[in-house]
Amino acid sequence: MSDSMMVLEDHTKSEYKYGFTSDIETEVIPKGLSEDVVRIISAKKNEPEFMLEYRLKAYRHWLTMVEPVWPNVDYPSIDYQDIIYYAAPKKKPELESLDQVDPELIKTFNKLGIPLEEQKFLTGVAVDAVIDSVSVKTTYKEKLGELGIVFCSFSEAVHEHPDLIKKYLSTVVPYTDNYFAALNSAVFSDGSFVYIPKGVRCPMELSTYFRINTANTGQFERTLIVAEEGSYVSYLEGCTAPMRDENQLHAAVVELVAMDNAEIKYSTVQNWYPGDENGVGGIYNFVTKRGLCAGVNSKICWTQVETGSSITWKYPSCVLKGDNSVGEFYSVAVTNNKQQADTGTKMIHIGKNTKSTIISKGISAGRSHNSYRGLVKIGKKAENAHNFSQCDSLLMGDRCGAHTFPYLEVENHTAKVEHEATTSKIGEDQLFYLQQRGMDMEDAINMIVNGYCKEVFNELPMEFAAEAQKLLAISLEGSVG
Amino acid sequence: MLEIRDLVVSVEGKEILKGINLTVRPGEIHAIMGPNGSGKSTLSSVLAGKEEYEINSGSILFEGEDLLEMEVTERAHAGIFLAFQYPVEIPGVTNATFLKSAINSTRKARGLEELSPVEVLKLIREKAKMLEIDEKFLKRSLNEGFSGGEKKRNEMLQMALLDPKLGILDETDSGLDIDALRIVSDAVNQLRDPQRSFIVITHYQRLLNYIVPDFVHVLHEGRIVKTGDKSLALKLEDEGYDWVKGGAEALI
Ligand SMILES: Nc1ncnc2c1ncn2[C@@H]1O[C@H](COP(=O)(O)OP(=O)(O)OP(=O)(O)O)[C@@H](O)[C@H]1O
Ligand SMILES: [Mg+2]
Repeated sequence: MSDSMMVLEDHTKSEYKYGFTSDIETEVIPKGLSEDVVRIISAKKNEPEFMLEYRLKAYRHWLTMVEPVWPNVDYPSIDYQDIIYYAAPKKKPELESLDQVDPELIKTFNKLGIPLEEQKFLTGVAVDAVIDSVSVKTTYKEKLGELGIVFCSFSEAVHEHPDLIKKYLSTVVPYTDNYFAALNSAVFSDGSFVYIPKGVRCPMELSTYFRINTANTGQFERTLIVAEEGSYVSYLEGCTAPMRDENQLHAAVVELVAMDNAEIKYSTVQNWYPGDENGVGGIYNFVTKRGLCAGVNSKICWTQVETGSSITWKYPSCVLKGDNSVGEFYSVAVTNNKQQADTGTKMIHIGKNTKSTIISKGISAGRSHNSYRGLVKIGKKAENAHNFSQCDSLLMGDRCGAHTFPYLEVENHTAKVEHEATTSKIGEDQLFYLQQRGMDMEDAINMIVNGYCKEVFNELPMEFAAEAQKLLAISLEGSVG
Repeated sequence: MLEIRDLVVSVEGKEILKGINLTVRPGEIHAIMGPNGSGKSTLSSVLAGKEEYEINSGSILFEGEDLLEMEVTERAHAGIFLAFQYPVEIPGVTNATFLKSAINSTRKARGLEELSPVEVLKLIREKAKMLEIDEKFLKRSLNEGFSGGEKKRNEMLQMALLDPKLGILDETDSGLDIDALRIVSDAVNQLRDPQRSFIVITHYQRLLNYIVPDFVHVLHEGRIVKTGDKSLALKLEDEGYDWVKGGAEALI
């Protein structure tokens, strides 16, 4: 290995910067999963009967399923009886000002640099902060309320908008979909609900910060976003988690529904604890995200920047049912040390003239493995469907791996499908060039990596893009010089 | 300014530079000519600090400092600028972003105040105009899809912005049309200064009509086999390298 490759390796051995645990009193139920536990969760949340029934159906189905195995991801088996399925901050929401929020929580957010304060008002971002499993604070709900927009915790929605929940819950991701979706459906604790009425353009980016906080608490978040005819919403999800010794399971479900001419933009920055240099203690992130373009000319765009978790298994997908509907997926996935990521997307073309774009940028450093797995399916009736996929992999050092698994199923011969893939090593010549121009190694790497990810960052809202760049630099930074 | 003594360099076990001696004083322009594969780019890469080259023996002093002890970035900060024979492309990084970062990193290291985005842009525009570089090149990705000549002109823009003490031009004239050759030469001549030196690597005597060198050296198989004034270049143009190659054998 050349000297500069060694420096590169050093550089990419950095420590997780968000490792701390905040001390908020939580109310937990004992470890383990059973029908009783499902009932307790539902009871604690005071849920209507239909929710309990849904959970129980999902739980019973889950019992019949086996945990999937993936060829490129390797981890010790999970003991589902060793997980705590419910934890809630003791102090309940219904607060009017920040003064009433647990000061520990405020401290946590400040450490993370999350401006929950009035700055958010100025920047026009409403925040629905999820700590552990219960939403603690929702801002600017009133302002959104004037437009008829609903943006609240999932639990709240179950009580205040049961008809909407009944109508849409599980319509995009049925509880039978996969092992982790079934588990989530049975035990999900909370999450977010967004409803944009007909013809309304949501005037601000809606954002949620998730944070895993209680040791051994599996996180089972549930998000549902419905955009009625002709509406538009941009939703941001970002997360960091405290340092932890035991692996933590995270199995979220996100469902999006876009009606005629509606558009949903869903952006994620994911930075959960990746484990130490040897991968010990990181988060297992098994997420099911799917959007349904139900109406004509509807559009769903997923953008993700994934830097965290020890294992990521995640395929934000689009079902393009409405004619002329559009699905997009833009992804940057960074793996370092012993992280493993298996991520990608599915674009299911059902309607006529449907169009999908996939731009995936994988970056592997250390001894990590980064896989892109993508399915493009063109159904029988999808006349003139069009897909463009571009999957690039960037390797930093000699000991990491990048893998690309594109799957293609075409049942309609009018389809046009294009796929491009590249794998490159971060160029010593590029680094030499930038250093010759006066930049240090760290700046040179950041410049090259940010350039490589640009197409994806361009899709993120401005502030988020800056945050994502910072995060990328942190994930790849280390002991240079 | 620069003193190279008995420099022996190999790459992947193969000896490429076999004892180079070269002294460059402040304000001088040295031209280096020589057949393909004789080691010209190797010498310039070694001066800039590229790692894959092994220094077997010899020394290089730059302004009295041991250059071989310095990192690539430090050498750049100290005033060594290499205009690459093949400038690399960096997708997604705009030329303007790159120039801004290069200028401010260098200024910071030299104890100068960093420039604001507005000041940087003004400076870049000024120099770009001198080199007749269209502003649209500032918004494009660094060197990506630039023509050969555009890349070379962009190298000269960087040199003009980074204010080096020693500019090394590795075949900057190759691939330039006649107008571009004149523009590039003018830029170099404007930078000429009693405190600034240049090493100009070229295959063509023509360039040396524009940038008039104080010395011309011929590099052959890793050795400087002939040194003379600008008339040497004219003789090479007429007679080729055979007669100096013979000289090389005579030296052994
Ligand atoms: N990284 C490397 N690995 C292997 N061989 C190399 C490397 N760099 C240079 N060489 C070899 O060293 C010799 C000198 O190369 P160099 O690029 O310095 O020549 P040059 O004089 O600049 O030639 P040209 O006029 O064609 O630009 C060549 O034989 C080349 O193949
Ligand atoms: Mg050369």
